[in-house]
Amino acid sequence: MPTDQIQYKNHPGSLLQSEPNKLRVEDLRSEEMIINLGPQHPSTHGVIRLEVLMDGEIVREVVPHIGYLHRCFEKHAENLPFNQIIPFVDRLDYVAAMNCEHVYAMGVERMLGITDQIPKRVEYARVLMAELNRIASHFIAIGTYGMDIGAFTPFFWIMRDREHILRLLEWASGARLLYNYMWIGGLFYDLPVGFEEKCAEFIRYIKPKLKELESILIDNKIFINRTANVGVLPLDLAINCGVTGPMLRASGLRFDLRKVDAYSIYPELDFNIPIGEGRVGSVGDCWDRTWVRMQEIHESVKMVEQCLQKLTGDHKRTRDFDPQALVPKKIRPKAQDFYIRGETPKGELGFFFRTDGRNDIPFRCKGRSCSFVNLSVLPEIAKGVLIADLIAIIGTIDVVMGEVDR
Amino acid sequence: MLTFDDLLVFVQKHCSHGEAVADVNATPKAVKLPAADLLNVCHALHQDPSTYFDSLSCVTGIDNGPEAGTMEVAYNLYSIPFGYHLMLKVAVPREKPEVDSVTGIWKAANWHEREVFDMFGIVVKGHPDLRRILMPADWEGHPLRKDYKQQEYYRNIKVEY
Repeated sequence: MPTDQIQYKNHPGSLLQSEPNKLRVEDLRSEEMIINLGPQHPSTHGVIRLEVLMDGEIVREVVPHIGYLHRCFEKHAENLPFNQIIPFVDRLDYVAAMNCEHVYAMGVERMLGITDQIPKRVEYARVLMAELNRIASHFIAIGTYGMDIGAFTPFFWIMRDREHILRLLEWASGARLLYNYMWIGGLFYDLPVGFEEKCAEFIRYIKPKLKELESILIDNKIFINRTANVGVLPLDLAINCGVTGPMLRASGLRFDLRKVDAYSIYPELDFNIPIGEGRVGSVGDCWDRTWVRMQEIHESVKMVEQCLQKLTGDHKRTRDFDPQALVPKKIRPKAQDFYIRGETPKGELGFFFRTDGRNDIPFRCKGRSCSFVNLSVLPEIAKGVLIADLIAIIGTIDVVMGEVDR
Repeated sequence: MLTFDDLLVFVQKHCSHGEAVADVNATPKAVKLPAADLLNVCHALHQDPSTYFDSLSCVTGIDNGPEAGTMEVAYNLYSIPFGYHLMLKVAVPREKPEVDSVTGIWKAANWHEREVFDMFGIVVKGHPDLRRILMPADWEGHPLRKDYKQQEYYRNIKVEY
């Protein structure tokens, strides 16, 4: 109801009452101080607040405060039918919505037991979209990271190239970022006529651009000096903290759910899993994490090419193909607990479902988001670094706050 | 290569406070065990060279509602070298929900357990830093409980939209 009264009156203590500091001023030694970074700060990649205990330039302790972008995904999911949850899933990792949808749709399909009936063309189209979106997401990660530490030009180049991907995805689904394209049992629409050709054209366009990007940013001497040996994440710590995705691989473990779980049509595709080798510093430093993302873009480009080949060859467009043919009218899985996981650009995205078999809505739906877990390693690796390096480390974790806070 | 039945026997061997039973309907297959044995079992699963569950994927709180009178916490474990999946489930009474923290075994549990506390009010005993994580510190109630009623006003802002 509209009201002319003042609804909210700020007073100085508000922030500290709703989100009090963990560190106490009384416990500080004489040369230490608490610096508050965020919640609104360009280098925090969204609304995250860091409480940093500083000793001069040295970071002694970091306490992340999250929840500023909490949109009650799990509460909403308990009140919505399975198919209506998909738009909410998009809004988890909003720069890689296709990947989130892919995992979610796959999970519900497995619960229903219709996984092996999904037409190959649908699966190839899904993987095509997911890999295009993975490229776009890694572009954001690399571009904004460059900007964080002072390289401005690559960001514009990347934004220009990413826009081509977003246009393609928009053409297919009607939306730039939040697609609702992959439905349970199929797709919203088949690929638009001419999509395959345009996509192949994009691949031809992007390949030299990737070389340019590598030479201006990844192999740049200033960039290497800035990121090598910074924020080293040892492998045992990474595994113990549940870190997944490019961060885990940069620490030297060849672990990719696309290979390990071999879901969808990934076993039919030929791709490598790049891991951190410590080429310019030590394994698991900031440069390795960026380099692994760059290599993954190359692998994704390879996968897109293979998908396009299949989509114009073995599984080409036919007049009578209906991508919604298998979409179930009633989505009612039998009573069970179910955990599904898949590889998104940030790492392992998992969904935990509990269904009671009497309802079209899940009894419980939890999103295990990769950024949430990856971010929790920050206090471990940021101890003893310089404050400028803290910014460099946050960038390579590649957090998307929508996914952290859900 | 251990099968699920081997893992079940392994878990049963480390349970001293009650029976551990299998839930084969779950994916991955689950073991329900008494809350008092959780820490012991997790420690054994993590340390034993034949199981070596080195990664904790997910911790999920579930409220079964006031009629059932229980809440559950589900742990999804994964063993990277062997590729084993296992789900552990513990049930706790709704009046006094308490589980032991596994943060000492897997650091990954830290934020997950804070989230379970935040959303369900399940007290995680032995947690190094048990604060609310997603909701503001002065929020009333635990939102994912089935009988949750949101507060009418938060700092003079009407909560109902």
